[in-house]
Amino acid sequence: MTTGNSHKDTLISKGIDDFFLESSELARFTVRIFREAFRPPYEFKEVLRQCYKLSTSSLPLVSITGFILGLVLVMQSRPTLVEFGAGSYLPAMSAISIIREMGPFVTALICAGKIASGITAELGSMKVTEQIDAMEVSGTNPFKYLVATRIIATTLMVPVLTVYADVISLLGAFIGSNTKDTINLGFFFTRVFESLHFTDILPAFIKTFFFGFAIGLVGCTKGYYSKKGTEGVGQATNVSVVVAMLSVIVIDMIVTQISGLLGYL
Amino acid sequence: MISTPLHIEEKQTALRNDAEPIIEVTHLQKAFGSNEVLKDFNLKVFPAENVVVMGKSGIGKTVLIKCIIGLIKPDAGTLRVFGEDILVMKQKELDDLRMRIGFVFQSSALYDSMTIRENLEFPLRRKHHITVKINIEEKVREVLRNVGLEHTIDLMPSELSGGMRKRIGIARSLVLDPEIVLYDEPTTGLDPITSGEITDLILDVQKKYNTASIIITHDVELAKRVSSHIVFLSDGIAYAEGKYEDIIKIEDPIVKPFFVR
Repeated sequence: MTTGNSHKDTLISKGIDDFFLESSELARFTVRIFREAFRPPYEFKEVLRQCYKLSTSSLPLVSITGFILGLVLVMQSRPTLVEFGAGSYLPAMSAISIIREMGPFVTALICAGKIASGITAELGSMKVTEQIDAMEVSGTNPFKYLVATRIIATTLMVPVLTVYADVISLLGAFIGSNTKDTINLGFFFTRVFESLHFTDILPAFIKTFFFGFAIGLVGCTKGYYSKKGTEGVGQATNVSVVVAMLSVIVIDMIVTQISGLLGYL
Repeated sequence: MISTPLHIEEKQTALRNDAEPIIEVTHLQKAFGSNEVLKDFNLKVFPAENVVVMGKSGIGKTVLIKCIIGLIKPDAGTLRVFGEDILVMKQKELDDLRMRIGFVFQSSALYDSMTIRENLEFPLRRKHHITVKINIEEKVREVLRNVGLEHTIDLMPSELSGGMRKRIGIARSLVLDPEIVLYDEPTTGLDPITSGEITDLILDVQKKYNTASIIITHDVELAKRVSSHIVFLSDGIAYAEGKYEDIIKIEDPIVKPFFVR
């Protein structure tokens, strides 16, 4: 019994240690990113290349998920709204749900899975095969060239992908609305824009920058510090996806609380 | 240090003391946890000289050249390259120094998301931000011609054989016209014929570019053909050193089995 308790205590203490070690590693990484990103020479070309690469690779998945999200949301909500005589609120309800929460959150989770894992696997395998060392001996700062550029790219592109996902979701919602009723596209979007306020859009848009930063940060940290060997790269990729998704959830919760305190909810 | 190598070292010093060393390693120490890899390592490399560092696997040979290029920070000792102490250099100074040194990795370390052309252009573009494209193209083709692989210019690294990747690794290290080339086990994992070709290439490079080199290897044939000086690393020190003909004569239980199989 005593042995079992002591084993449990050890596991809890290890878990706490790991949490603080992880947090301090991310904090040090963040400080270094800001230091490197704002110091010349600037890697504009590589940032643009990464923006293009990361966004185009996620576009098909974001499109399909966004469309189905809007479609299913309307199809699931319609019976309840019609039952309460509020069927005409369908465009407004779907717009607020998608723009405020579902669009940014689902896009960020997709990016956490797709982009963070991709970055970790790429940097991890570059490290294992000494490509990062090769870059360093060529007189290139690999942290600036590989890490800072990817984090800037994810911070900029996750908001862009979110806006795109919102539009596709609203189109899905429009098609979903037309499965049972006949509703004109112009009328649907007029109701959508009438229902949306600045306070619905701004906090939702701002949090996507934090999502993007967290996804890039976690993906790069795990890849850059992955242990040697292909097994280590696999483990790092797995951990990267889990930590990136958890980060998105935690950031979402914090931003929602702050929005509430500022009177945006 | 055993008596015979010490005698050889004195003889060598007499032969090599005319010039200033281009690389000078003094009392170098490096440990990873409790594993002391380099304990008190000393080495001098002179201009246009091929120094071969030999020793058992895991003895610290790669650590030594990674310390010289600044990829690993030693725990103690001094490292002077071109007369400059690299341990006190700022990052910018170290980057500038690295442009004068070529490094050939054991795994070739080609950027696998880039074509061979882009792999070779990468160091050039980092060094000469404003060089016109035609010069870069000419330089890339020239070094590829020198390693006999100009036809691979638009291929991806994954499309090349092990020997070709090694050659491209050497080509990439030469693209900035280095004064020193550091080779990390250039013939490991290759068949005897390809090893022979890489050995010829190292000799050609030395002749054409007039470089000084440190070559880390277990390959006795390579050491025999290219070395101007051999350093045998054991127990964290330069256990024995001298010319190939002298080293193979050493009757020491650590050194002899390495050369006589």
